[in-house]
Amino acid sequence: MIIGIDVGGTNTDAVILDDGVVVAATKTTTTPDVTSGITAAVDRLREMSGADVSAASAVMIGTTHFVNALVEAQRLSPTAVIRLGLPAGAGLPPLVGWPARIVAAIAGQAFMVHGGHEFDGRKISDLRPTELLDAVDKALANGAESIAISSIYSPVNAEFELVAEDLIARKYPDVPVTLSHQIGRLGLLERENAAVINAALRALARDISAALTSAIRNLGIAAPLFVSQNDGTVMDLDFTRRYPVNTFASGPTNSMRGAAFLSGLTECVVVDVGGTTTDVGMLQSGYPREAALETEVEGIRTNFRMPDVLSVGLGGGSRVRAGADGVTVGPDSVGYRIGTEALVFGGQTLTATDVAVAAGLADIGDASLVADVPGGTVDAALEQIRLILANTVDRMRTSTDPVDVVAVGGGSILVPAELAGAREVHRPANFAVANAIGAAIAQVGGEVDRIFGVPAGQREQVLDTAKQEAVDKAIAAGAAPSSIKIVEIDEVPLAYLPGNAVRVRVKAVGDLPMGRSAATNALPDRGVRT
Amino acid sequence: MSRRLTEQELVDMAAGAAIMGTGGGGDPLVGRLLVQQALDTGLTVEIIAPEELDDDDFVISTAMMGAPSVVVEKLANGNEAVGSLRTLEAHLGRTADATVPMECGGLNSMIPLLVAARAGIPVVDADGMGRAFPELQMETFGVYGISGSPLVISDEKGHTVLVDTGEDNVRMETFARAVTIQMGGASFIAEYPMSGADLKRTGIPHTLSLASGIGRAIREARAAHADPFAALVDAVKGSIYGYATSLLEGKIIDVERSIVGGFTAGRVTLAPFDDGELLTIEFRNENVVARRGDRVVAVVPDLITVLDLESCTAITTEALRFGQRVRVVAISTPAIMRTPEALRVWGPQAFGIDDPWVPVEDLTALHLPG
Repeated sequence: MIIGIDVGGTNTDAVILDDGVVVAATKTTTTPDVTSGITAAVDRLREMSGADVSAASAVMIGTTHFVNALVEAQRLSPTAVIRLGLPAGAGLPPLVGWPARIVAAIAGQAFMVHGGHEFDGRKISDLRPTELLDAVDKALANGAESIAISSIYSPVNAEFELVAEDLIARKYPDVPVTLSHQIGRLGLLERENAAVINAALRALARDISAALTSAIRNLGIAAPLFVSQNDGTVMDLDFTRRYPVNTFASGPTNSMRGAAFLSGLTECVVVDVGGTTTDVGMLQSGYPREAALETEVEGIRTNFRMPDVLSVGLGGGSRVRAGADGVTVGPDSVGYRIGTEALVFGGQTLTATDVAVAAGLADIGDASLVADVPGGTVDAALEQIRLILANTVDRMRTSTDPVDVVAVGGGSILVPAELAGAREVHRPANFAVANAIGAAIAQVGGEVDRIFGVPAGQREQVLDTAKQEAVDKAIAAGAAPSSIKIVEIDEVPLAYLPGNAVRVRVKAVGDLPMGRSAATNALPDRGVRT
Repeated sequence: MSRRLTEQELVDMAAGAAIMGTGGGGDPLVGRLLVQQALDTGLTVEIIAPEELDDDDFVISTAMMGAPSVVVEKLANGNEAVGSLRTLEAHLGRTADATVPMECGGLNSMIPLLVAARAGIPVVDADGMGRAFPELQMETFGVYGISGSPLVISDEKGHTVLVDTGEDNVRMETFARAVTIQMGGASFIAEYPMSGADLKRTGIPHTLSLASGIGRAIREARAAHADPFAALVDAVKGSIYGYATSLLEGKIIDVERSIVGGFTAGRVTLAPFDDGELLTIEFRNENVVARRGDRVVAVVPDLITVLDLESCTAITTEALRFGQRVRVVAISTPAIMRTPEALRVWGPQAFGIDDPWVPVEDLTALHLPG
């Protein structure tokens, strides 16, 4: 028995999955403290199913908390980034091209000091400990609470980033330090950006991890806790504290994988309507279509592997305004306060959910409380919602052929039964909790990340060896062998080492056999971090 | 007529230059950001047509030299290329009236814009490669009799080296390459000092405008939900290049690459969606030959570029990854790049390929895809 929980900005969903069957599913509102929402959801599961939740073999949690913090530019730590590489790179300092509002939200400070390596492992300049610590002193004096370190060519030689971490830890043991080579790959700006985002989330990650642990333990569940990552696999809480940025794309990944599980469709557009936003993605062969090029998060260029997802500000909690220029829906939302602010819950704010209830599309809260909403406003708001959704689906299509659309998420009552460009709008059972199901059916992975000597003409054999190692690790972690796919192959030639040395990174992922206990599964091996 | 570079044209030009870079020439984004930084500080870039040059004007070509995979990691400090220009001017005792790209593909379409902004001189709408090529002798300037020397090469530390090999542009390339490797695999150069008359005779005209035109056509097609690839084909049709075609729609199933002698070299293998034959592309900084099975379907100097399937954005060789869904486009080259003397410098044999050069329009007409 696996418990899957999805903590969104508005709703907290939970499911019990036993042997591939959804035993119970529930939806509650996310609470400001996160924990009481989880407790309420699991309590509800217990009541609904009569199941002994303490017998769960694993608790899988997906959360958009971290990416939402960046989107909302709230709850972020004041962060400084120190790049090691002068005199190179000064033409494009750290945080270049970042939106001003995010830089302001992290009180971003950028420093450039000497250090860095060439592609062949030689130093660009020696690291100057005094110069580095002066930058740290200055950053902390100006209010920084978290530090990101990037060094030119750190994926080839991480020495300077590790030395910098050590120097900072000796002087300031309590300041969290994020190293770029542990976050991303070659491509300095993208790797550095991801490290800065991670650094800005460290304090929040510490608090959220503690809250999740206490919520689950207080429910009498001793099973291990895992958090969903971008690629559909999971990490433990220690990793979550250090690498919160790994959760960034897990929301769309979970909802699309959940939609595939629920609908049985493998080629479709998935429209996931939450409380605040709608994410639209494309499912191909049962997997989310990946963004092929660099991905931008809130206008910041990164090199994560992310599903190709379009987000619009439309959700169950979207504010509906009727003015002289007509009716608008969103992009702002009452978020988790929907349970008190929406009209149907006795609040004062007209939301998209109120419109759906007034139109008879949904039975939520007290319908009598929206009886006074003018019919013209309801019709205009529904038309506005239809337009937003049709446009977004249209932008994801790659041909003019109609596509199957699967509507999931708590707000999917807003998706009309017919949509321009859609062959059919599917609404599978348990559509409202697709995210939590996606979390519960999390995959396990095996990763190889180490340096191989590649004798001339033997690249194929070396890659096959690395792939087999990754597959073996995925099997050891509990993946069903027939389900395993290689999802990532990355080679970085290390020209400075003899014997044509290449850093090879291979990741294999596979499904856990349904009903199998994940408690006995080893975590995906993170491999060598050079 | 001369025009001032706008932020929109900068974005369009970078997108088009990436496609004309045939997978190489470096990631234009880094160059675009450097130029954007210059525009943000109030500097301007004036673009002039080659016809606007006086015959006795003095023009110096500026560029980045080295492995594209280095440039996205060891970022420039922005002073390197202007430093090379100033050092060459001092050596020759004459200041440049304009700078010109040696290569309109990739990052090197952008570097002369940065030099123009910082040095306060115009950039000429022309270049010496009509695409991207891996070596300095591979320029129409050299093909048609101009010496690349003297050349100045600089790094981020402010080190400069002056190379003068007389009329031997191949030796100039090997000397400069050796220095570039010592400088960390990427450097910035000023080369091919020449008159306005020489540039008008030997340069490939209006290639910056073609890059802008391709980028704009794709952007506008996407905004109108029209087919961006069809827009690209149309934009090429209206130029001296004339012909573009799709070699494959499919998925990358293998990427092999290494840094060899200062180049990013390797091979990418692609599987078409229709289960047809595999396509392989060999690259040496740039894509040099595409084969369907054993059969050559496009070969240097014709252009071969891997595009993101949906957005029609170019994917450089360093950004190729397993699993990407792509389209491969081939574009023919203008007559000035296909003369016997030009093909001696950058035909297939110059890249160690035994197959003869056949125009891509003939190769793809004889063997329709699938």
